[in-house]
Amino acid sequence: MNHGRRRFLLGALLPALVLHVVFVLSPYAQAFSLSLTDWTGVAGEAHFVGAGNYARLGGDSLFLDAVRNNAVMLVVVPLVTIGLGLFLASMLHLGGRDGRRGIAGSKAYQIVYFFPQLLSLVVIAVLWQFVYNPNTGLLNGVLRAVGLSKYALSWLAEPKLALPAVMAVLVWSSVGFYVVLFSAAIDAIPRELFEAALLDGAGGWATFRSVTLPLVRDTVQVAFVYLGIAALDGFAVVQVMTVGPGGPDGATEVIGLSLYRNAFTYGRFGYASAMGVALFFATLTLAVLALRAGRKERVELA
Amino acid sequence: MTLLREKPVTGSVQAPPSVPRVRRIGSFPAHIAMLAWGVVTALPLIWAILSSFKTDKEILTDPWSLPSKPHFENWSRAWSQASIGRYFLNSIVVVGGALLLTMLLGSLVAYALARYEFRGNRLIYYVFVAAMFFPVFLALVPLFFVVQQLGLLGTYQGLILVYAAYAVPFTVFFLHAFFRTLPAEVAEAAFMDGCSHAGVFFRVMLPMARPGLVAVGIFNFLGLWNQYLLPLVLNPDPDRYVLAQGLAALSVSQGYRSDWSGLFAGLTIAMLPVLIAYVAFQRHIRAGMTAGAVK
Repeated sequence: MNHGRRRFLLGALLPALVLHVVFVLSPYAQAFSLSLTDWTGVAGEAHFVGAGNYARLGGDSLFLDAVRNNAVMLVVVPLVTIGLGLFLASMLHLGGRDGRRGIAGSKAYQIVYFFPQLLSLVVIAVLWQFVYNPNTGLLNGVLRAVGLSKYALSWLAEPKLALPAVMAVLVWSSVGFYVVLFSAAIDAIPRELFEAALLDGAGGWATFRSVTLPLVRDTVQVAFVYLGIAALDGFAVVQVMTVGPGGPDGATEVIGLSLYRNAFTYGRFGYASAMGVALFFATLTLAVLALRAGRKERVELA
Repeated sequence: MTLLREKPVTGSVQAPPSVPRVRRIGSFPAHIAMLAWGVVTALPLIWAILSSFKTDKEILTDPWSLPSKPHFENWSRAWSQASIGRYFLNSIVVVGGALLLTMLLGSLVAYALARYEFRGNRLIYYVFVAAMFFPVFLALVPLFFVVQQLGLLGTYQGLILVYAAYAVPFTVFFLHAFFRTLPAEVAEAAFMDGCSHAGVFFRVMLPMARPGLVAVGIFNFLGLWNQYLLPLVLNPDPDRYVLAQGLAALSVSQGYRSDWSGLFAGLTIAMLPVLIAYVAFQRHIRAGMTAGAVK
């Protein structure tokens, strides 16, 4: 019996562990040591340069553009997405508080809202490249149709508009998922709480602020972490959709794109690894901050 | 309609005190808001599908018009000439293989860690789960050389192994929690009947874990099907491009830049199967995807 047990455990764990060590753990570990070298891909030709790559990052204006753009995305994308998601999710429940049915058609809305979540970011980027096309695109077509022709701009070619255009796509692609997620969280709130708030004479906004929001806090926090990580990426949409890519003039450059270009176009593998390490610490900081922020004043349901 | 039905009830006596229906009046703006976002979501998708049936000239002169007649030749051109069909089949091979491997390895590890006590159990669990918190970009450069040295660059096997390696951690994390909730008595009874450890896993525990397997399977399928960064780096052979990669390459290649209708058709071929499958199984899929986020 015991013999069979050991054999089973070995057979169950070993293949996955080997795969994990070879393709996941060892690359992650190697990235840290590679980032301290000037390796360009030729075997045996890596020289130790210490923190040299990291010092170079500080003077790389395109990389600094990327950091700035990712920082802007990190603030704007989660805030707008969560704001819209919470708004639409509470709208879905409006009028449904007695018995929690939600407004008429809320099921159909949830189906449609979820569509973008199922599509590859590449499909979304190609689609929006068409939508943003200045002459034949959907967006300018709509603007011209409603008499706003002067706002029919070349969205991806103007340095000032390109990043907002990218962020709009990221928001568009994720709002639906968070509507469904928040909606499920609101469903889980005991309906007596809403009824009590109504009896106390609370209006829609007051109910939202003092009942809904505190009780979906955990879900919102998870959403912040997920969206933050997505905003630190942005690679697929930028690489496929923007001019350059990353343009015009670095206006939509993101860290992932800089890394990819340095590694696989210029062959600066050591330098690219340093960017990866920087991105890793940014992600780690984000996760730690979000988890710490969530630790205080948690609402307990009695 | 809702408005008309609700208004007279305002403040009336027959409504029980716990159900003040006054609130329902507010549902008109709610409908507008919901509808507006519905249009914003659906319009680009519908527009792309419609455009895939139009000629280039129709697309260029009037982006709004309906196709004069459905030009199915756009689809066949995209499928064969632009190789979307080949990319589609490549995706099926790679994602199918990776999904099978991920589910097999992931459920084995999750089960072994959740139901057996042994030294190093916790350590192995954390070694897997910690990988979820690392950005793939960090591993990208060394991963390329690992795959190259193994001679797996641009092969189906290479992509399948790497896809599975990066999908296993979440699968373990999700199913570990799931296996813990399953009752122990059934497995014990099976052991009494002389079932082997592997027999208990495959014949008793896996069938019991079906809801969890379906949820994480759907989550993994979509994640793998939509994968872009890994094939972009590890799969340089155009004959083996997966769908997302092929579509991205088409949209920037000079030859197809001008073939608008062909690109719209390719785009539609890439998104329609997923959307149709979703509408058919939408409740399962939404439950699986959101469970993935909150677990």
